[in-house]
Amino acid sequence: MTSRPIATTRSVMGVPTGRLAVWWVLASETVLFGGLLGSYVMMRLRHGAWADQAANTNTWTGAFNTLVLLTSSLSAVLAHQAAERADGPKAARLLRYTILGGGVFLSVKAWEWTHEITEGFTITSSLFWSFYYTAAGLHAAHVVAGMVIMFIVSLTAARNEELHRVENVGIYWHFVDVVWIFLFPLLYIAK
Amino acid sequence: MAQPAHADAPHHDPTSYVAIWGVLCALLGVSVLGPMVGVRFLTLITAFGIAIVKAYMVCRYFMHLSIEKKWVVYILGFMLALMVVFFGGVAPDVSRHEGLRWQKTYVEPARTDGER
Amino acid sequence: MSGLASHPAVHHDRGFVTYLWSTDHKVIAMQYLFTGMLMALIGGFAVYVFRMQLAFPGQSVPLFGRVSSGQYNSLVTMHGTIMIFWVAMPVLLAAFGNFLIPLMLGCDDMVFPRVNRLSYQVFLLSAVVLVASFAVPGGAFGGAWTAYPPLSANAAYNLTRYGATLWVVAVALEFVAFLLGGINFITTAMNSRAPGMRMFDVPIVVWMIVIASILFMASVGPLIAGAVMLVFDQVLGTGFYDPATGGDPILWQHLFWFFGHPEVYVVLLPAMGIVAEVIAVFSRKKLFGFRTIVYTAVATGVISFFVWAHHQFVAGIDPRMASLFTITTLIISVPIAEMVFCYIATLYGGSITLATPMLWALAFVAEFLLGGVTGIFLGAAGADIYLHDTYFVLAHFHYTFFPIAIIGAFTGITFWFPKMFGRMMDERLGKIHFWVTIIAFNVIFIPLFITGAAGDHRRIFDYSGFPDLATPGLQRLRITATMGLVSLLAVQPVFFYNFIRSMVRGPIASANPWRANTLEWSAPSPPPHGNFAELPVVYRGPYEYSTEDREEDFWPQHLPDDSPTPVASVGDRRSA
Repeated sequence: MTSRPIATTRSVMGVPTGRLAVWWVLASETVLFGGLLGSYVMMRLRHGAWADQAANTNTWTGAFNTLVLLTSSLSAVLAHQAAERADGPKAARLLRYTILGGGVFLSVKAWEWTHEITEGFTITSSLFWSFYYTAAGLHAAHVVAGMVIMFIVSLTAARNEELHRVENVGIYWHFVDVVWIFLFPLLYIAK
Repeated sequence: MAQPAHADAPHHDPTSYVAIWGVLCALLGVSVLGPMVGVRFLTLITAFGIAIVKAYMVCRYFMHLSIEKKWVVYILGFMLALMVVFFGGVAPDVSRHEGLRWQKTYVEPARTDGER
Repeated sequence: MSGLASHPAVHHDRGFVTYLWSTDHKVIAMQYLFTGMLMALIGGFAVYVFRMQLAFPGQSVPLFGRVSSGQYNSLVTMHGTIMIFWVAMPVLLAAFGNFLIPLMLGCDDMVFPRVNRLSYQVFLLSAVVLVASFAVPGGAFGGAWTAYPPLSANAAYNLTRYGATLWVVAVALEFVAFLLGGINFITTAMNSRAPGMRMFDVPIVVWMIVIASILFMASVGPLIAGAVMLVFDQVLGTGFYDPATGGDPILWQHLFWFFGHPEVYVVLLPAMGIVAEVIAVFSRKKLFGFRTIVYTAVATGVISFFVWAHHQFVAGIDPRMASLFTITTLIISVPIAEMVFCYIATLYGGSITLATPMLWALAFVAEFLLGGVTGIFLGAAGADIYLHDTYFVLAHFHYTFFPIAIIGAFTGITFWFPKMFGRMMDERLGKIHFWVTIIAFNVIFIPLFITGAAGDHRRIFDYSGFPDLATPGLQRLRITATMGLVSLLAVQPVFFYNFIRSMVRGPIASANPWRANTLEWSAPSPPPHGNFAELPVVYRGPYEYSTEDREEDFWPQHLPDDSPTPVASVGDRRSA
């Protein structure tokens, strides 16, 4: 059965089903990252000495990555706007820019981590770095997932089909951006 | 099928999305410059205060939460509130440095930046 | 339109591979149900072995052999883990949720059938990973289902290096599966109700499953984060929970119980929903205080986020925090009691039929009540100082969990069996199974309250090292409990025989053999792909039983206001 069930087309609550589901996904991700970042903050407050370790994160790299994600959020919302205007190919193109932004983010991260690891700041060298790699790594995994889903959505959007998905994947992407907006000061500025 | 998602909602024109982006980048700049002033309190304000503002702007303007159904905002707010409960209930425990019947044997490495 | 297929969903004759990849919610429900029942056999076998060890220490257990201390730890760990995550949740939440939600809401399927499919596949993978852990060097994880570090993080302590990591991975996968499933349930229930079905026309069991799914989703995040940290501690050598690196084992406890306490309500609420449905139908009465029950369930869910540290009263938390958590824990007993009162009020003055599902529902109320009141002692921090980690706790949570996972499941299975399989179960076998199970259950756990209050610690392989506890009197109680368990397990084949025989050769069931109101009973038994020939429209609430001025004592939701309840046509006999 590949056709959509009638159930999917109903929207008693006034929110289209796909978007409603994305909000619930964000709800579950909020508590996931909230738990992890909350744990990090508690431990950071307990260990003032982590400031020494934290001084070794590169603020400029983090800031550049923040800029990249903010820009990719811009292209995502512009993609949504194109989809609203029923311009599927344009939306698909803007989604691809967003994916590119994600790619740049991950590349910078890979470079940054390589640099840090070769300097001796591995995941086990200090509990600060354990949290650093775990939190940023979990975030990066969500970036990858977002890129994959966005790619799939862009394929159908280019054919002017399922355009509502552009907005939905965009909402997910903005959430990934918001998590980084908090990770950036936590890991790079609060030293 | 090409169905507009917010048929009845005010459409933002492209310049305002770009304008929001511009503001976000400016705020990013301020938060990067903040630590350079050297006042710890100011750094925390610029870092986290600005993060909250940026997150708010992304949620409101990019995610369109301002024109979404109110209860969606409440659900997300409820999750955030739970995280506050989590933090409030656990932090006093985890951040303790001493207890009635236990000793902290872990020796914090000495800080090199002069602060305690 | 909805596509009334020529063959019903359950008797799939289109090939094994097609069945494996079916996106039909009823098929997925059955997959969850059967997987859960299979895992129950494994969890049941584990408890048989370790209780035999406790009753006859050092002796070879039939069908297993001698139990070593390491094996004992693995068995108790896996029993707890399996029964909660791989029996209670899949059966109560996933199986009944998947089966009932689209049917009770008048839909043709869930809103995301392929995500539904994926959720079962991830769940199955999690079960395979968990069962595989029995076979790895060192055996299955032996650090208790609560997996406290440093025991769970350090293989030198738990002696089950590979089992420990597989355990965490399996649990994490199970969480992902239920998050996927939960989003489906919530979205379907919110958005896909039949025309005319307002919020309080939705049956209570759907409400409960949806609230439970939201509770799960809101509480599991921190634990997933914690599980990632635990796996890194186990495998990479990080020190999130290791005091030697500045980490904190108590952090895990908080992360675990912040989820762990709402989790018990995640499994309780669906069971209470199932019981409510059965009580209304077999009392031929409106559910008393339907809206109150819903609001109470929501309130319980919210309060459940404020009680978690009552599992940590003796872990060294600040006593002022302990007082706070005592207060919230005692408060949470009030809404649950209120729900039970509503059920009793539903029974009062009703025209009660003691069919097998109703027997199970009544047993749920009685046994859960005992479990609940014993929780009061444990919720008070002062009393808990003595009772923590004794068998008193164990008896308390089995008096709650057993009604939830076992009695609740049997209530639902015996009630909805005709709808699921198109045949009736045997009442006589059902009653024999019921009475022996219930009596045996009490024979197991009443002695354990006593041994617990006498000081029996939990998770002890052999009491011979505890002179105060290695007394003949206490040993007699332990043996009694084990004999109760053996009886309990010995009668379960009656259920399986009844189940399988009825599925194959039971009397054909009509669409509505129990004469109930909710929408699933207006579909054929079993429903085909697409569920309804014509998607129903709803005109009233689900509990219009014994309405005045009506000839029949039930009034199905989908009947237009001016039409009488058909007597014979609700039984559209399925031609096999």
